[in-house]
Amino acid sequence: MDRIPILKFGDALLVTIQVDMHDRLATALEEDLTGRIVTHNAKGVLIDISALEIVDSFIGRMLDNIAAVSRILDADTVVVGMRPAVAITLVELGLSLSGVKTALNVERGMDLIQRQREEPEAADDDDQD
Amino acid sequence: MMTIKTDRLDIRQSDDVVRVRQLARTFAVEVGLGLVDQTKIITAASELARNTLDYGGGGQATAEIVENVGRRGLKLTFEDQGPGIADIETALKDGFTSGKGMGLGLGGARRLSNEFHIDSKPGIGTRITIVRWK
Repeated sequence: MDRIPILKFGDALLVTIQVDMHDRLATALEEDLTGRIVTHNAKGVLIDISALEIVDSFIGRMLDNIAAVSRILDADTVVVGMRPAVAITLVELGLSLSGVKTALNVERGMDLIQRQREEPEAADDDDQD
Repeated sequence: MMTIKTDRLDIRQSDDVVRVRQLARTFAVEVGLGLVDQTKIITAASELARNTLDYGGGGQATAEIVENVGRRGLKLTFEDQGPGIADIETALKDGFTSGKGMGLGLGGARRLSNEFHIDSKPGIGTRITIVRWK
């Protein structure tokens, strides 16, 4: 079965989703990522979804789950590159992804993870801006 | 409502949900829907195709380009011969699920469409039709 590649990037993991995922592929990614957070002692997970044309409730739930599990494993998850049309649709669908941090692109996502590590309180305040 | 073009897909496994999304996308582009409307109808198609697979035990998806008084739209129909839905009002509520999902599929698909029709009989099956107009 296909797998989505997970790259190590400093003490963070980077996943770039470039295919239209079927549900089993999404579930496999969730399991793979959880394992890699532990084996690499990763402090952050960046998920780039800029290539995704849609995020439905299944993929949305996968993103929520990854964020929740990585938090328990002491890693921050940031979803980057969501297309505006996808964001509009997600909200109308009823998914707000409240447990998931987002950033505009990979660079800003990486910054967010770094700041979160250095000064967790300050980074939290910034999120509310 | 007049049908200009039609195509049909079987939904038997999770790869087929991806194929339904691609079919919806191709037709949405041909209808001339804007990017946000395309995204909405493809997302709705994905939710309904998954429902057909997970709850209906598989079925068929039909995509149609339709025209009504000079206005074009994309019509999608999902049919299964599964157990049917006994209480449609409850099934449409957010958070209601009889399975492993989040319970956003039906209600979400309705919000993402301009028209939504559901016809379901316990023991016979379910047919859901959505339309997004240009």
